[in-house]
Amino acid sequence: MKAAVETRRGPLVREILGRRDYAIIGEIVEPKTKVLDLGCGDGELLEWLVDNKNIDARGVELNPTRVQRAIARGVSVYQGDIEESLEHYSDLAFDYVIASQTLQEMRRPLKVLRAMLRIGRRVIVAFPNFGHWRVRWAHLTSGRSPRTSLFPYEWYESPNIHFLTVEDFQELAAKENWTIERSYFLAGPRTITLRPNLLAEVAVFQVRK
Amino acid sequence: MVVETQLAQFDSISLDCGATLAPVEIAYETYGELNRDKTNAILIEHAFTGDAHAAGVSNDTGKPGWWDNMIGPGKAFDTDKHFLICSNVLGGCRGTTGPASINPATGCPYAMSFPVITISDMVRLQKMLVDRHGITRLLSVAGGSMGGMQALEWAAAYPEMVASTIPIATTARHTAMQIAFNEVGRQSIMADPDWNQGAYYSGRPPARGLSVARMVGHITYMSDESMRHKFGRRLREKDAFGFDFSVDFEVENYLRYRGSQFVDRFDANSYLYITKAEDYFDLSRGYPTLAASLQRATSRFLVISFISDWLYPSYQSLEIVNALRSLNSDVAYCDLPSNYGHDAFLVEVGEQTEIVRGFLARTARDARNQ
Repeated sequence: MKAAVETRRGPLVREILGRRDYAIIGEIVEPKTKVLDLGCGDGELLEWLVDNKNIDARGVELNPTRVQRAIARGVSVYQGDIEESLEHYSDLAFDYVIASQTLQEMRRPLKVLRAMLRIGRRVIVAFPNFGHWRVRWAHLTSGRSPRTSLFPYEWYESPNIHFLTVEDFQELAAKENWTIERSYFLAGPRTITLRPNLLAEVAVFQVRK
Repeated sequence: MVVETQLAQFDSISLDCGATLAPVEIAYETYGELNRDKTNAILIEHAFTGDAHAAGVSNDTGKPGWWDNMIGPGKAFDTDKHFLICSNVLGGCRGTTGPASINPATGCPYAMSFPVITISDMVRLQKMLVDRHGITRLLSVAGGSMGGMQALEWAAAYPEMVASTIPIATTARHTAMQIAFNEVGRQSIMADPDWNQGAYYSGRPPARGLSVARMVGHITYMSDESMRHKFGRRLREKDAFGFDFSVDFEVENYLRYRGSQFVDRFDANSYLYITKAEDYFDLSRGYPTLAASLQRATSRFLVISFISDWLYPSYQSLEIVNALRSLNSDVAYCDLPSNYGHDAFLVEVGEQTEIVRGFLARTARDARNQ
């Protein structure tokens, strides 16, 4: 098993700003496009995309301190709640709408995804895979809410309120008739292709309606 | 930085009410150097009772400008990089033509024969001043409160001249509550017998009416919390109630002091005219929606509100921001934490500095790359 996995390992993924999902997003996003990043934090990904891909950047972020930092670095960020803010954007206003490590924190993720697909030609989502074998193992052996390096929080402190796996997302996309245009599965420093629902730590999907 | 207020004169200006003022003068100050390409100019808009003296030390009064903590070398509006212009509004009493100015037709002050002016009239006069400097495009137009209304008006009326707009603690249209407070101020002035239908320039000004108007104004500029912190129930230089109607509480003393101080520097008729201009302000007037009216604007926006501002509450900034977002405009928005109420835009310098500086830097970079 281990050997098989070894031979099917993809190339090493470099990090952007200490994040491998950012590196994948940085590769996906075409230059000179219009990009909205939901839950953009202090705007570091957007700034990177502006500097390296010459994009037209917008962000949404709830935390006021992070919003200030983002604006201070020259990124146009809107301070507000993601779920309440999306209705104000017009249809297909963006080439890409990104939700990186955000979806699992949403109260109504399906509503958010549908709104993202309304306002963006393409949607990029990145999330930690709750189907990873370590999560399954931790849950099975401890009998408690799994705590792993991907899900490091106590249940009562976790910002993650909707846990999803690679297959959960693929199934939802099929049900909603979304087209998954690209999939990336990260395991450690590499992308993998084999059994992502079991082996991927982080999944990145590019989706369109 | 010692600064001097300058004066520019124009033959005439046509006003929204249909009248023409001729001639018209505008008082202004500038800070920093205009670069050779004239691409580094920023227009600063003052609030209701402000003036052209935004920064530096006045060579006349020796006093610092009203936004001196935001404008200067290395500050949010960096005079090492930018050329700043601030002018006194039309209808004002600090150098620009207003009701206290002499009407050349009569040789007497205009008083109530001064035409009713609007925010867009103020902006039209500023445009004449900017044109005279040979500036075809402003890097930014920025201001708080009524200054923010002027900034919005600039963005909508002269989009080709505005690269970025920074409306702070403001609104796209005056609400019933804002009109109501202004009306209390006006009635207070007009109820003072010394007002004399506005014709008081050769006699005593309506000091009592004007100072009460100012007291009401000051209450609306603070917040419940800032007043509790600043004054609480503390008594003024006494240990027990006076059982009379002299000053008991600190807050009474503060308001009386502010009111009486205001009388020395502000003209009561200007108070009437400027508050009227604020009340008439509605950027969406003549348009089906606010978004439709903002469709004219092409600039980037940085909109700032303060959570404790109940005179120009955050939802009014959000209205502007949401309209801009629906138009796919480039808008940044933050609702800054502060206890100072509406006054926060003059007080909360630290956080505003970082975001204004970053926003201006990006605007300048984009302008260079175009």
